[in-house]
Amino acid sequence: MTTTSTSPAVRARRGFHTRRWLLTLLTYLITAVFLFPLAWMILAAFKTEAQAFATPPVVLFTPTLDNFHRAWGAYLPALTNSLVAALGSTLLAFVLGLPAAFALAVYPTRRAQGVLTWMLSTKFMPAVGVIVPLFLLFRNLHLLDTLPGLILMYTTMNLPLVVWMMHSYLTEIPAAIYEAAKVDGASVGQEFFRIALPLSMPGISATALLALIFAWNEVFFALNLTSSAAAPLSVFIGQFKTSQGLFWAQLSAAATLTVLPVLVFGWIAQRQLIRGLSFGAVK
Amino acid sequence: MKRTLLALTALTATLTATHAFAATTITIATVNNPDMVTMQGLTSEFNKKYPDINVKWVVLPENELRQKITLDVASGAGTFDIATVGVYEVPIWAKNGWLEPLTPLFQKNPGIADTYKLNDVLPSVRNALTVGGQLYAVPFYAESSMTFYNKDLFKKAGLTMPQNPTWQQLQGFAAKIHNPTGGVYGICLRGLPGWGENMAFITTMVNTFGGRWFNQNWQAQLNTPAWKSALTFYVNTLKKYGPPGATSNGFTENLTLMSQGKCGMWVDATVAAGFLSDPGSSKIVKSVGFANAPVGPGTPRGSNWFWSWNLAIPKSTKNEDAAFKFLTWATSPEYIDLVAKTKGTWAAVPPGTRTSTYNNPSYKKAAGAFSNIVLSSINRADVTKPTKDPVPYTGIQYVSIPQFQALGTQVGQYMAGALSGQLTIDQALKQGQDAANRTAKEGGYQK
Amino acid sequence: MTTVPVTTTNAPPAPRRQLRLTPVALIWPAMLYLIVTTQVPFFMTVYYSFFRYNLVDPSSRPFVGLENYRNLLSDPQNLRILINTVVLAGGTLLITLVIGAVLATLLNRDFFGRALLRTLLISSFLVMPVVTAVVWKNMLLSPTSGLLAWLAQSVGGTPVDWLGQYPMLSVILMIAWEWTPFAALILLTGLQSLPEDQMEAARLDGASPMQEFRHIVLPHWTQAIQVVVLMETIALLQVYGEIYGSTSGGPGIATTNLPYFIYQKAFAEYNIGLASAAGVLTVIFTNVLAVYLLRLIGRTATRNREG
Repeated sequence: MTTTSTSPAVRARRGFHTRRWLLTLLTYLITAVFLFPLAWMILAAFKTEAQAFATPPVVLFTPTLDNFHRAWGAYLPALTNSLVAALGSTLLAFVLGLPAAFALAVYPTRRAQGVLTWMLSTKFMPAVGVIVPLFLLFRNLHLLDTLPGLILMYTTMNLPLVVWMMHSYLTEIPAAIYEAAKVDGASVGQEFFRIALPLSMPGISATALLALIFAWNEVFFALNLTSSAAAPLSVFIGQFKTSQGLFWAQLSAAATLTVLPVLVFGWIAQRQLIRGLSFGAVK
Repeated sequence: MKRTLLALTALTATLTATHAFAATTITIATVNNPDMVTMQGLTSEFNKKYPDINVKWVVLPENELRQKITLDVASGAGTFDIATVGVYEVPIWAKNGWLEPLTPLFQKNPGIADTYKLNDVLPSVRNALTVGGQLYAVPFYAESSMTFYNKDLFKKAGLTMPQNPTWQQLQGFAAKIHNPTGGVYGICLRGLPGWGENMAFITTMVNTFGGRWFNQNWQAQLNTPAWKSALTFYVNTLKKYGPPGATSNGFTENLTLMSQGKCGMWVDATVAAGFLSDPGSSKIVKSVGFANAPVGPGTPRGSNWFWSWNLAIPKSTKNEDAAFKFLTWATSPEYIDLVAKTKGTWAAVPPGTRTSTYNNPSYKKAAGAFSNIVLSSINRADVTKPTKDPVPYTGIQYVSIPQFQALGTQVGQYMAGALSGQLTIDQALKQGQDAANRTAKEGGYQK
Repeated sequence: MTTVPVTTTNAPPAPRRQLRLTPVALIWPAMLYLIVTTQVPFFMTVYYSFFRYNLVDPSSRPFVGLENYRNLLSDPQNLRILINTVVLAGGTLLITLVIGAVLATLLNRDFFGRALLRTLLISSFLVMPVVTAVVWKNMLLSPTSGLLAWLAQSVGGTPVDWLGQYPMLSVILMIAWEWTPFAALILLTGLQSLPEDQMEAARLDGASPMQEFRHIVLPHWTQAIQVVVLMETIALLQVYGEIYGSTSGGPGIATTNLPYFIYQKAFAEYNIGLASAAGVLTVIFTNVLAVYLLRLIGRTATRNREG
């Protein structure tokens, strides 16, 4: 990222180089420690159940695809549901949240901070505390085990995040730009589409990434509000855990399949993601 | 976007509607234990017989499934046409009016009743599923508890396991086998808190030490000497001769340990016999030995538990007839034959439900080493007389009241606390006693 | 998107008939959506909290007033659950901040493979909590078949029963594993915006690394730290999957936090009345905390913008 600034000659001493080298080694080590559990899991996905739990641990073995074969059948429908639920809810959260964030950022009233705080505070409600009323509501509205139902809940989960993060991006746009547009006679809508939207594109992609990840990994609503037709990956993975018999290799395979799309996605989009993670506040 | 949402809903509705014209679709909720996974795999065979019934599956781990079905059935949401229900829930749910009685359905379908042979179902199992003269569920498979041991380790220590061991004997054996530095533990037992985990085990042990949860007036009995001696025995044995971290070990964890050859003995569900004999998951196929569940100093009654997973039809279903067809197919003698044929071995058939299975020479041959123990254990298990003294409830390793899940799990935490040393045995029992009395009072059982 | 009737191509002066969008009209859809989807179930929860409501006992559901709340507040054990919740969230937050800061500093140097490491590091943040729990419990921490036990034994030590003896620490470590990369990467973005010349100047002035950190890095980091604190607090007060999959809240109630407690009451005991009351109390507790945190962050954000 940053270009290497040539260090002053004073520093080019032997001790400095050793220290530098050691620090790099340390960085690699810590990263390895963080990656290890995941790597171990992916490795286990290719083992037999007996190998997955052998001590001493089995490192060299003939990989088997059996675990993936078993998981594959139910995988694709669940993957589709996960994609639809995550993309649909992110889209809906933006349709609702972006205009609100824009209004709060560009036309701040005295109540703006209160509105923001209230929206974010809805995220503090423990999902498990409201699941029974939600279930009854869903039953009456015929939303149980439907993708619209799931999208509805994921939007609730992500909307405060979208408003909050986009608000913080949009306040960064200098007021002078809007003033200039107003002089030209731009309406509120034109300001939104011609100034706010294009200028906050990096913020939008970052926020969207984060919303997608949260929706992808959500378990509790998915488990209780869907059963088969709309069940996403987080429910799919439950099928591979059993209270009877060995299941670690099998579960590892299912988990690998579940984590892989979001991992690859996260790696590719990592830079945007970090900006999203940093709330748009740190640039 | 709202329009899209509406359109989506409409689309889903149309799709479901067109589906319904073509055939009846039933949704079945089941536990993802291996026997049920086999059932799911045989759906196409069911469709050969009933091509006009589509089957959708919801397969989840036990706890997730239980909470999901309960929420659904209690609120009458009607998602499931067949639910897999434990023997503990059947009488409670029947009393709540949540389950369709099956007796009238059998009368309505004499053809099915004929080939189904209800009398072939083991009497003790049928009794456990009958409330007020009506059958509310049919067993998919049933299990009891028994002792597993590692013959190699026994031979090395110069020991032999009797067919009907006592708890005292097991403790003695464990002491001789225990070798933690060599990665071998004398005995593995459940320690993971939960009404269906450590409390299923501890309650059974307490039975045979002569204890019970409640007396006839619903007074809690956890402060009795029987509970104290059972719990002291359990904690001492497991602490001295058990694996480290026993409070994290439930059925699955112990199965792993046992199948890796790390336990001298293990007392647990009879279904484990199949897993331990399967070369795909077990390293001790050749050396695993079987014996009856150990008996304590109190009474032989209730020394082995009884559990069955059953298929039932929730009241909220709209496809009662189709559901009944599936339910009778999946628990029929015909289904058992089918499993044996497709799996290529009689050892893979769902155990514990039918006399005919145990009379079948092929089954005896395939499951010989443990089939007799399983059958006699299930026949012996009487859910109405779980221990020496009479009790006001049914259930061997549970108490058939709706509040027991809560009580069992709470007391299970205290027992785990005693095992890990956070609580003394007296403290654990005192807290358990208070919890049990509170439950009996709040539930309106104690007058 | 197409529902807002605005033309974007070189707009002529807006004709009068056109629907005029006011800022308030832009806020209301989001507000209404959240009000309907969060407040309706919440008020139903409040309503249920006044009843003795057991899901599996439909025969009697009497109104009991504040009894559920009295039961919750009078049981001294429940104080432990509140403390667990705070310790779990606070402990994890602290660990992720410290390790995250070290990692961010290390990654801010120029070395071979830096971009790759930074990309890979995010991985553990993307893993589902339930998967984390299973992997950690069975494959790493288990004293009989876990990798740590094997390591301990191969150097001649005795395996540690992590989940039994140090349950809270184990759970905290497990969750910190998920969240440390998050903290590290945000703190890294904070570091990258550090003006290089300031650092150079400080070094030339002979500032020690410690002084450098306190006087230049830390002030620059406040905003990044606040972001970490806010986002993690929201998530960590809701932790449930990791506990469910590893310790089931035990041994005893050693790792039971508020969400897991409510889960147990609602789904292991089907005691919807009590679970609802606990849910209401949790909402009050977390909202007090939220308002405080948000005010703190709002204030600094304003100050930074002005300054």
